[in-house]
Amino acid sequence: MPQIICKNAAFAYDNAIAVSGLDFVVQSGDYLCIVGENGSGKSTLVKGLLGLMKPAGGSIEFGDGLDSNEIGYLPQQTVVQKDFPASVYEVVLSGRLASCGIRPFYSAADKAEAEANMALLGISGLRDSCYRELSGGQQQRVLLARALCATRKLLVLDEPVAGLDPVATQDLYVQIEKINKETGITVVMVSHDVKTAVAYASHILHLKNRQAFFGPAGDYAETAIGKRFLGGDSDV
Amino acid sequence: MFETLSEMFSYGFLVRAVVVGVMVSLCAALLGVSLVLKRYSMIGFGLSNVGFGTLAIATALNLAPLAVSMPVVVLAAFLLLRISENSKIKGDAAIALISTASLAIGISVIAMTTGMNTDVCNYLFGSILAMSHADVQLSVTLSIAVMALFVLFYNKIFAVTFDEGFARATGVKAGAYNMLIALLTAMTIVLGMRMMGALLISSLVIFPALTSMRLCKKFKTVTICSAIVSVACFFIGVVMSYLHAIPTGASVVLVNVVAFFGFWLAALLVLRRKGAQTAELGAERLERMVE
Repeated sequence: MPQIICKNAAFAYDNAIAVSGLDFVVQSGDYLCIVGENGSGKSTLVKGLLGLMKPAGGSIEFGDGLDSNEIGYLPQQTVVQKDFPASVYEVVLSGRLASCGIRPFYSAADKAEAEANMALLGISGLRDSCYRELSGGQQQRVLLARALCATRKLLVLDEPVAGLDPVATQDLYVQIEKINKETGITVVMVSHDVKTAVAYASHILHLKNRQAFFGPAGDYAETAIGKRFLGGDSDV
Repeated sequence: MFETLSEMFSYGFLVRAVVVGVMVSLCAALLGVSLVLKRYSMIGFGLSNVGFGTLAIATALNLAPLAVSMPVVVLAAFLLLRISENSKIKGDAAIALISTASLAIGISVIAMTTGMNTDVCNYLFGSILAMSHADVQLSVTLSIAVMALFVLFYNKIFAVTFDEGFARATGVKAGAYNMLIALLTAMTIVLGMRMMGALLISSLVIFPALTSMRLCKKFKTVTICSAIVSVACFFIGVVMSYLHAIPTGASVVLVNVVAFFGFWLAALLVLRRKGAQTAELGAERLERMVE
């Protein structure tokens, strides 16, 4: 079933177009990778998907009963988080906030969900550890568990492997694939790492301030733009 | 010790000051954790300077000081928050502008009306004599309101403090909660300002949070610990100020400084012991491997 329907959408900052001509459909259970150079409009599109920015033209619609509040988001790390005193459990549980609505405290179901997602990502043992003392890979797992707490349908990941070492990177890709395959949650990932993107994703969206390519990952490698991006690592 | 305390509390004004002070320290400590982590520490400082300006004007016009200061400082809090979120003007510069402007207005108004006298000193560095019965009632009511709101919105405040982007993305009105934090901070600062002094009140917001962050590793324990540290430091500070005739504000700040370094040293010791333990474990493992 179509979950995200983008119809000729464009996004702009102060009348300067950041990205335009977005015309694609993401089906439930897809694994879409958004690639492109810096400033090509990837992060802008993510903001649009999350409802933080309104399209300047065209439209983005959600299907399959997806509400814009039900998107699990893995943002890039902020400076504030580097020395933030919080336990892993506190961070993961905060993913349930949107489902609380006006209820001030978490219910038993919310807590159980947090525990389940920590178990899924293998971080139950770190439950009471301090977030700032974890390794980069562990921190990303914590944030991924939090994102899972916020959704059952769609995960949006903004450069999840930025700053991770090769082992942690590989590990995180495997986790994301596992979530996508086992739970059927749609994954939309922004990435710099095109080679891995093609290996794991089902679809690729290549941005160049406009939609340069959208289609199955297998086809992408055959196109001129895909070959250049995949082959010429020097200009990636 | 007991005699000193009972002697102290035979003075009505001291009892009032301690009641208001404890309430304000609690509020300030709770909010301080979020403010410090959000890098908003200086907002507290800016607001207290705005408070000084409005206090001076209110006194000159013979108006109730709290009633005039409260709305103006709340307004200033919203303004400062807006400016810090807007990347075009840097937040710290805006705070410096507003602070110095308010100080200048306050001093000028005081000089034109009553002339430069001890009043100015009291406004800037606080006076234990400032609290009337009506003030106590208002302060206690507002403090309870601040604490109740904090507890009710605790989970939301945590989420907005830890990761505003994520909170916004999942449909949490992060802007509204930032406003709430600013509003509560403004209220706390106005309440505590006359006792602690316009120049010293922000320490109540910043010190306890930073102190407890030396040792605590969870948001909840940091919050609880800073509340305890804040109240304890305030109480000890008042007693010290009584014994040594130091202005209350200054004495409370000094006790907070001592507590900060105490916690800092304790954290170093904990770290060293942990280091020693891991070294021991490593040595044991090595021995076993050799065997």
